[in-house]
Amino acid sequence: MSSHIEQQTFDPWQAIVDHQQQSALANQFGATASFIGSMRDFNDNTDVSHMVLEHYPAMTQRYLIQLEQQAKQRWNLLDTLIIHRVGDISPAEPIVLIACWSAHRRAALDACSWLIEELKHNAPFWKKETREDGERWVENNTDGL
Amino acid sequence: MSIQVKFFASLRETIGVGDTTINHAGSAGEVWDIATDKADRPINVLVAINLEYAQFTSPVEDGDEVAFFPPVTGG
Repeated sequence: MSSHIEQQTFDPWQAIVDHQQQSALANQFGATASFIGSMRDFNDNTDVSHMVLEHYPAMTQRYLIQLEQQAKQRWNLLDTLIIHRVGDISPAEPIVLIACWSAHRRAALDACSWLIEELKHNAPFWKKETREDGERWVENNTDGL
Repeated sequence: MSIQVKFFASLRETIGVGDTTINHAGSAGEVWDIATDKADRPINVLVAINLEYAQFTSPVEDGDEVAFFPPVTGG
């Protein structure tokens, strides 16, 4: 299990490869499920040119560790990885990576889906967008549909 | 001893301060009243005590860290 905050942009695909290659259980992996969330250049039908992601550092780190522990208790997972950006973000840059490894597909797929929903609803991050009409704090996450 | 108080994101900008310290309070709600000089509390404000989600009725003790913030929007 691993979770951390990134201050700079990162390559989520390379992070998955790196984590998998370094895992002691790599030979047992039968399934890898991943979710990558990226910044859009629009929101609510308005262009968004830039975003700042703020967080509550101590609580964020603690919460992400708890999330991974809960997922591992709930599903038969071999490994998990969570990376979340903070700071200045531009359109198309990754915001969050969640990856789950298991022997069979269902555990990895279900845990990955659960982790991103829990993170979006509870992890203490906040987005501030720069739009044509100025800066604005995002007040609610989308419903994911 | 004292209670550390934090405000994040839009709430920090509304209140005008990110970190402050108060001497004593019995509950998270009382922490809000003292730290904000009884500012109106938006209905959707969340509270955490020592890095865990809590209620405004939750008790606080000297040495605690109490944080107030708006609904989260990460991911």
